[in-house]
Amino acid sequence: METMEQILGQQSFFAGFPAEFVALIAGCARNCHFKAGEYLLREGDPADSFFLVRQGKAALEIASPARAPVIFTTLGPGEIVGVSWLIPPYRAEFDARAVEPVRAIAIDAKCLRAKCESDHHLGYEMMKRFLPVMVKRLHATRLQILDVYGHR
Amino acid sequence: MQALKADNSGFVIGPDGLQRLLEVLAGEGYRVVGPALRDDAIVYDDIDGVASLPVGWTDRQEPGRYALERREDNACFGYAVGLHSWKKFLFPPAETLWTAQRGSDGAIAVSTPERAPDKFAFIGVRSCEIHAMAVQGRVFEEGPYTDTAYAARRAGAFIVAVNCAEAGGTCFCVSMETGPRAEQGFDLALTELADGAEHWFLVEVGSEAGRAVLEQVPHVPATAEQAEAARAVSERTASGMGRGLDTQGIKDLLQDNPEHSRWDDVAERCLSCANCTMVCPTCFCSTVEEHSDLTGENAQRVRKWDSCFTMDYSYIHGGSVRSSARSRYRQWMTHKLANWIDQFGTSGCVGCGRCITWCPVGIDLTEEVAAIRAAPEEGRSR
Amino acid sequence: MQAAALKDPFVPDICRVASARRELADAVTLELEPLSGARPDFRPGQFNMLYAFGVGEVAISMSVSAHENRGFVHTVRNAGAVSGALAALEPGATLGVRGPFGTGWPVAEAEGRDVLIVAGGLGLAPLRPAIQEVLARRERYGRVTILAGCRSPHDILYQRDLERWRQRLDVTVEVTVDHAGTGWHGDVGFVTGLIPRSPFDPDKAVAMVCGPEVMMRFAAGALLKAGMPAADIYLSMERNMKCAIGLCGHCQFGPAFVCKDGPVLPYDRIAGLLAVQEI
Repeated sequence: METMEQILGQQSFFAGFPAEFVALIAGCARNCHFKAGEYLLREGDPADSFFLVRQGKAALEIASPARAPVIFTTLGPGEIVGVSWLIPPYRAEFDARAVEPVRAIAIDAKCLRAKCESDHHLGYEMMKRFLPVMVKRLHATRLQILDVYGHR
Repeated sequence: MQALKADNSGFVIGPDGLQRLLEVLAGEGYRVVGPALRDDAIVYDDIDGVASLPVGWTDRQEPGRYALERREDNACFGYAVGLHSWKKFLFPPAETLWTAQRGSDGAIAVSTPERAPDKFAFIGVRSCEIHAMAVQGRVFEEGPYTDTAYAARRAGAFIVAVNCAEAGGTCFCVSMETGPRAEQGFDLALTELADGAEHWFLVEVGSEAGRAVLEQVPHVPATAEQAEAARAVSERTASGMGRGLDTQGIKDLLQDNPEHSRWDDVAERCLSCANCTMVCPTCFCSTVEEHSDLTGENAQRVRKWDSCFTMDYSYIHGGSVRSSARSRYRQWMTHKLANWIDQFGTSGCVGCGRCITWCPVGIDLTEEVAAIRAAPEEGRSR
Repeated sequence: MQAAALKDPFVPDICRVASARRELADAVTLELEPLSGARPDFRPGQFNMLYAFGVGEVAISMSVSAHENRGFVHTVRNAGAVSGALAALEPGATLGVRGPFGTGWPVAEAEGRDVLIVAGGLGLAPLRPAIQEVLARRERYGRVTILAGCRSPHDILYQRDLERWRQRLDVTVEVTVDHAGTGWHGDVGFVTGLIPRSPFDPDKAVAMVCGPEVMMRFAAGALLKAGMPAADIYLSMERNMKCAIGLCGHCQFGPAFVCKDGPVLPYDRIAGLLAVQEI
């Protein structure tokens, strides 16, 4: 049976991460499963955890009255679901729903935030990994907003 | 037209001989076209003998300015270049490419107009203009596809060059190595000497067709002194160029400076009027219009001159690629002086100066190049 | 080229619409057969000039390989007067066709390499003949990946083809849409996002990219980031094509005439031009 440290170490997201930091994170992590249709995160809920997807696919969506929710991105293996745990007031901004059964590592946000506060080296390493994720998604969103395939 | 080395010393004809030359050409079925006075300008048009020529007139050309002036002699070709080039004859401003008919069953059929191409005799072609025909020839005849109608008109043309005796104020053929003396590409080349009582033409033969025509015109062999006098005319003209353009490394200079601040500067002045492209003897851009008749059963595909200064020119689904005057001027000048070299192995400019003269605000491409050359800003790309 | 040079290159041949099939709300696929009975031959990536009587001509890429023996097949999007008239043609109608013109996709050059197809929107149409020819000789290529992005699940072009290709065990097919409702179980996100997770060896791959210019620019950027040399990335450029034979000047893109030097051009040749606005 693999330890959580081994599992985390295999994730590309933690590639190059110092072993002692992986051990710190492993202390906040647990395996979890979601059936298709279950929510990983709900808009407005406290951002108590974030997820590293190992298998399956989750959709980030925005619900609006009198119309079906709109999916604006899907996230698969190796990708992070949930970035609001880093930013006060630590509440989920969007719904995250499993469109296929999802196997993921859930990381306790309160636990990791406390460790990041007490060890700024760990905090900086986490920021260096989260910032590109957020920038990449911002870029993709910009290109989607352009609606390049639509009629001009 | 068969290439033939010009006779070393040449022949001499008088004004009567010129008249006779025009008559012979007309007699051989050529449509004789040459310089003529129209609307206070010298244009190339159908002529009816020496009397049609702008005898005793010259042109004064400067950026944005053109005026005719009286000469003190009776020179027939005592000006620089006509308003339009010969382009308008070889590459007509409007030409029906083909027509389509829709039958009663709804099926369409296509037919091409019967083309009996005009057989032109061009009288008074300048050396820069001969080069311009060669430049357009590379575009229309030497690519993977040939404009067959253009090729037929050009092949049938009889060219009487006249070496320039006056350099215009906007001329820079010496910089472009296209003149002022015609070295090839003509059937006959004349050098006019109109000096007080004396008025004669030195004739050089450039082809067998030229020799055959000259046979029918009274002529005498030129003396060494006469040949020398003719040569001196071209030398004097060469030394009197109104403008100069440093072409050293010009392709890289322009292709490497697409973001130069000078393009903003010229955009402040350029009106996007397209005059420069209309009068340019090498600009070849065209569009095709669909003309339908009222019955809706007949359609014509009409090719017309187009200009890179229009918005429609670069239209793709959604809008125009070049919506600013800055980008359109940059396209025109970079194409003419740089990209043309990649595309056709030659500059697209022959130094005739028309784009400078006929620019309503006097934009001078030689100045624009000089400004970029004086302070190149390493561009991002080519 | 020799034969083409002898003929008046401005004059079209007449073709009959053999079939017209609605692909999307605004796009129709026409199968055309020359009245002359000639069997069209062309390379993937080339285009024809299609003439709608009384309206005009427009450049449209072939969307089925010549090897399939289905004549000229064009997917036309109703985006203007001419394309609108073409999209409205019914079986039996006649139209004018000039072509084929332009450069093709590097299908032969890609042999022995991984092939990455990146399509955006209707950009899949000019790529489909290349996909067909690669799959017809599948054994000659390394890994084959098809990435298609479009606006929404309603705008997926050639859905049946994509499904058929996806069923093969030797092709990776990924489709992503810019936005979707919850009925969509596929990927949502811009097509460039599929590139980092695609299976290809950047040193031994050829990428063929077609779509709106912005999409191609960012796709090329993502391919470079994935380690591909610029010379192995091919884009199909769109410019105003009038004559299609290099005589009218309209389609110039820097020193290139898109009609005869393109439309398919290697990225290393045009990367600099793509970075200059309004070139």
